[in-house]
Amino acid sequence: MARRLAAISESTASASLSRARDSSLLIELAGDWRLSGTVPSADAARREIASDPKPPKVILDGRMIGSWDSALLIFIESISEASRMRQVPVDLALLPAGVARLISLAEAVPERKGARAETRGVPLLERIGMGALSAWGSAQGFVTLIGALAIAFGKLIRGVARYRRVDLLQLIQECGANALGIVTLISFLVGVILAFMGAVQLQQFGASIYVADLVGIGIVREMGAMMTGIIMAGRTGAAFAAQLGTMKVTEEIDALTTMGISPVEFLVMPRFIALVLMMPLLCLYSDLMGIAGGAAVGATMLGIPLKLYYQETIAAVTLTQLFGGLFKATTYGALIALAGCVSGMQCGGSASAVGDATTRAVVSGIVLIVAACGLFAVIFNVLGI
Amino acid sequence: MSLESDFEPAGSLRKGAAPAERPPHITVRDLTMAFGDFVVMRDLNFVVRRGDIFAIMGGSGCGKSTLLKHLLGLIEPAKGEIFYDGFNFTKADPDAREQMLRRFGVLYQKGALWSSMTLAENVGLPLGEFTDLAPAQIRELACLKLAMVGLRGFEDYYPSDISGGMQKRAALARAMALDPEILFFDEPSAGLDPISSSLLDELILELRQSLGATIVIVTHELPSIFTVADNSIFLDTETRTAIAGGDPRELLAHSKHPTVRRFLTRGRETGETLHNG
Repeated sequence: MARRLAAISESTASASLSRARDSSLLIELAGDWRLSGTVPSADAARREIASDPKPPKVILDGRMIGSWDSALLIFIESISEASRMRQVPVDLALLPAGVARLISLAEAVPERKGARAETRGVPLLERIGMGALSAWGSAQGFVTLIGALAIAFGKLIRGVARYRRVDLLQLIQECGANALGIVTLISFLVGVILAFMGAVQLQQFGASIYVADLVGIGIVREMGAMMTGIIMAGRTGAAFAAQLGTMKVTEEIDALTTMGISPVEFLVMPRFIALVLMMPLLCLYSDLMGIAGGAAVGATMLGIPLKLYYQETIAAVTLTQLFGGLFKATTYGALIALAGCVSGMQCGGSASAVGDATTRAVVSGIVLIVAACGLFAVIFNVLGI
Repeated sequence: MSLESDFEPAGSLRKGAAPAERPPHITVRDLTMAFGDFVVMRDLNFVVRRGDIFAIMGGSGCGKSTLLKHLLGLIEPAKGEIFYDGFNFTKADPDAREQMLRRFGVLYQKGALWSSMTLAENVGLPLGEFTDLAPAQIRELACLKLAMVGLRGFEDYYPSDISGGMQKRAALARAMALDPEILFFDEPSAGLDPISSSLLDELILELRQSLGATIVIVTHELPSIFTVADNSIFLDTETRTAIAGGDPRELLAHSKHPTVRRFLTRGRETGETLHNG
């Protein structure tokens, strides 16, 4: 006498549980088992398997099943897992032919020991430690690259460095001439902004003419180099990291190494040279554009004649300030090139690693620029420049 | 020597000195490979003899390519040493290593052609760096090497302009540029159709015969293994060691190890199929 336990019926798919004479659990499945439709839950059956005394056997009867897909597999897998835990045999003979095959396929290979990743939460202290270790790692990479670069420059001076002049010229064009557009735009606008901010205050004292001093000194001493640096970190530093990172992923860097060509000589050195050469030029150009921006505001909003503005600027800005700014720009260029190349060379082996490398290149480039800027402010102050 | 020419059947290449009589070219002693605390393979010991085609076999992810990178000095071993012609490569200083590397040719899994250079420039770069040839001669030689792998007329294409199989062949031309003593192949037939892949096998045999090069191949392609390899090592993921070595055909005939048998018979012998019949 079969004892009816539960009947779950949702839309067309259904599973009904009953006990056979020998108290085996009989699960009768019927209807269409589709992921798109609603499917009965396996909880009732699992509870039945887990209950005491445990059923000697589970029989799955799928003779009434219409169509099926993975929805049925999930249900059956869930039941066989519960049965496995209590060591109850499951009879799949009455299921549609494909189902039993797919289930046995899933169960054919036992879980490899240690394969499952640990999903425990990482405590804060450990996270700080890991962060510190990874920062230490990149710092080491930075120092190593500087060393390798020094060796490469040694070879360059002796005329035995291996790099392609074509590459160098192309890089110079890419990070020099091709950056002029964006540098023009940003620098001009920074000049305009500085002039506006200064004008509001200076007009109160009737000293509008000093806008020229403010813009001139501000741009030439700090903002020209700083803005060019930040533009180049986002533009060229990122490009360096992405280029080298992708070359790492496609094993092009390994191919250079095994050919006996140092990737630092062949790839990093030309990039470093190109950016260090181009940064002061871009900075000079940026200074000019910034002053032009200030002059535009002076001429149109403040009514300062251009000639007067020019004379005031010439009088205010000293050569020392100009060279100070250019020196800073050159340093920023070196830092950006190093940050970009280190990130690229340390890149992992996947597409997302290239993305990470690019992000790291820009972030560390900008951080280094700002830190160097602070350091320069102190040093220049001490030197009285 | 072109892809289209007639090749002698593989068997005829096996005449001559028996493997054991040829001098060792690569000797690996107690090599343990690890990433941090994670040990990939431990205590590998094997010898590749001069003129051998040596296959590094094993399932996916067992560390075949990692072993290759160790042989090339791209990764430092956790333990053990690698000798080339009795010269300790692991302990060598960077300059000596660079000298040795110039005698190697490597075909990478993804080709690894330099994407910013044309095919002729790719093949010509090592020639330009390590020989005193004039640019015109380099170009000529690069074109010849490309023609040898069936890429005549593609000299001025960029790697991204040609198909994966052609990239592989171009990379092979670059690997052969300096007439290397040892050629390393990382999964040469990965991503190639069966015909291209068998042509590549023939090319490998031809290279050994014409250049007299020692060839090390990382692969899990059975047809390739049985066609070209005359010695091998079998890496096992479970035990993290080498569980077999020798002529793959001998292994197929005589090996008793279940994993090796399963691998070499594609699981047929142990009845390991998807649906258990």
